[in-house]
Amino acid sequence: MILNKDLVAASATPLVLAILAEGDSYGYAIIKRVADLSGGEWQWTDGMLYPVLHRLERQKLVAAKWGQSEIGRKRKYYRITKDGLAQLELQRQQWRVVDRTLHGIWSQAMA
Amino acid sequence: MNPSAVDATLEGQISQWREYLRRRAAIHGSDVAELEDHLRSQVATLMESGLAEDEAFLVAVKRMGNLDALSREFAREHSERLWKQLVMAPADDDRSQSWHRDALVAFLLALAAAIAVKTPAVFGLHIDHDAPFYARNASLFVFPLLTVYFAWKRRLDFITGTWLALGFAAGALFVNVYPFAPRSDTQGLSALHLPIALWLLVGFAYVGGPWFASERRMDFVRFSGEQFIYYVLIALGGGVLTAFTLMIFEAIHVRAEWFVGLWLVPCGAAAGVVVAAWLVEAKQSVIESMAPVLTRLFTPLFTLVLLVFIVAMLWTGKPIDVGRDVLIGFDLLLALVVALVLYAASSRDRQAPPNLFDGLQLLLIGSAIVVDALALIAIAARISELGFTPNRVAALGENLLLLANLAGAAWFYARFLCGRADFGALERWLIAYLPVYCLWAAFVVVGFPPMFDFG
Repeated sequence: MILNKDLVAASATPLVLAILAEGDSYGYAIIKRVADLSGGEWQWTDGMLYPVLHRLERQKLVAAKWGQSEIGRKRKYYRITKDGLAQLELQRQQWRVVDRTLHGIWSQAMA
Repeated sequence: MNPSAVDATLEGQISQWREYLRRRAAIHGSDVAELEDHLRSQVATLMESGLAEDEAFLVAVKRMGNLDALSREFAREHSERLWKQLVMAPADDDRSQSWHRDALVAFLLALAAAIAVKTPAVFGLHIDHDAPFYARNASLFVFPLLTVYFAWKRRLDFITGTWLALGFAAGALFVNVYPFAPRSDTQGLSALHLPIALWLLVGFAYVGGPWFASERRMDFVRFSGEQFIYYVLIALGGGVLTAFTLMIFEAIHVRAEWFVGLWLVPCGAAAGVVVAAWLVEAKQSVIESMAPVLTRLFTPLFTLVLLVFIVAMLWTGKPIDVGRDVLIGFDLLLALVVALVLYAASSRDRQAPPNLFDGLQLLLIGSAIVVDALALIAIAARISELGFTPNRVAALGENLLLLANLAGAAWFYARFLCGRADFGALERWLIAYLPVYCLWAAFVVVGFPPMFDFG
């Protein structure tokens, strides 16, 4: 399913932060994780993840470091920072409100 | 197909993709590396799931997304990157090393130029008391160092270097051994023309090979224009620095005039030439050339002014008043038109068909020739009455040289517009003519003083 652009933009931050909270990762693995989590329904233009990562890096929510892949290629790894964890918690609470509200009205409509 | 051939195609495709990405201003080298890692991971996964190599590459590129959109996203996050930063070293490691070495050499040569300006002071020649000496030798403090810079950059051989050094030595000899009368015209002319003559030597070093065969002659023209613009900018900055120096020391009643007059301005002016040259060399691929932009901007305006001038002359019937400096004024006008034509040609695509701007150029040249011819007629009528002073002969000679250059340019432009010659012919004419000015300048420096009794 192609998700609405604004929705993708809004959810990208908590999603990336949550994935990084599981452990350090890099661009391609993050995208794979998103695909797995959504059962392949979340279709992201791969390249667009990187400007998001760079923004989070600038906001100091994540930290980046150049390392090597398993076959020795240059690879940029990202790690969530303390600020990032705090931001993630904040977003989690906000999204919970959104989720609960939407769920409330849609479950009523279904009933 | 054997495995290595397969590998080679994928590598080729990836490196092509990488080059394509690198051309985007907003995406830097490290981003390209990051995206490439992504692309390769994607290709590997897709191949594991059974896709052929080229299919995997295509799918991976497609999933990466439209490059324009991607580049826009990057630009939004890194807007500062769209402003190409001249002072930042290039991203590639090997290039940055040569960049630093280049910067160091340029800095040392700029320092040497500043020291060169102050060297005569050791022998008792001071700028405030011996102004004519400094005026005559101004270009000799700087141009040899500029030549050294290019000789170093282009790895000139020893023999070429020796010839260039001999050229500078000859220039230094002529302006310093001639017994000029105090405040003489010929001395002023020498001071004015020596830089023009010596600029040819800088050009030889710049093209780094046989001048007459070199495609780089046009590059030297481009370089000269850009260097001039950079030098003006540096001079403006220097002016601000000077003003503030004077002001703040004035505030504590410490006199700084001697420092500004004897050190800051002369040393800065000399070093600025080398720094400007280095900037032009360093930024070549970083920023658009400025001279052609100014040309585009001012060609229509100058054309308009000249046409209105011709109409006004015809309308009012007023002749050109032949004052003392009127010839020099018209020389400058023609030189400016030559520069406009030259820099328009320097940025033009040789293969492109004639367009409106070419017509405008021809109109500019034509109107300049008409205006100058009117001035020459006015002067010819009174030349015997005014007398042949060195200044007047030099100005007249230059006027004729410029006029011949422009007449030739008009001829080639006309042929080009009629489709009977290509643009290259015009360009070759303009380029081939340039040394004529330097040779004339050399003649003024060497021949004029004895011809006019050093008066």
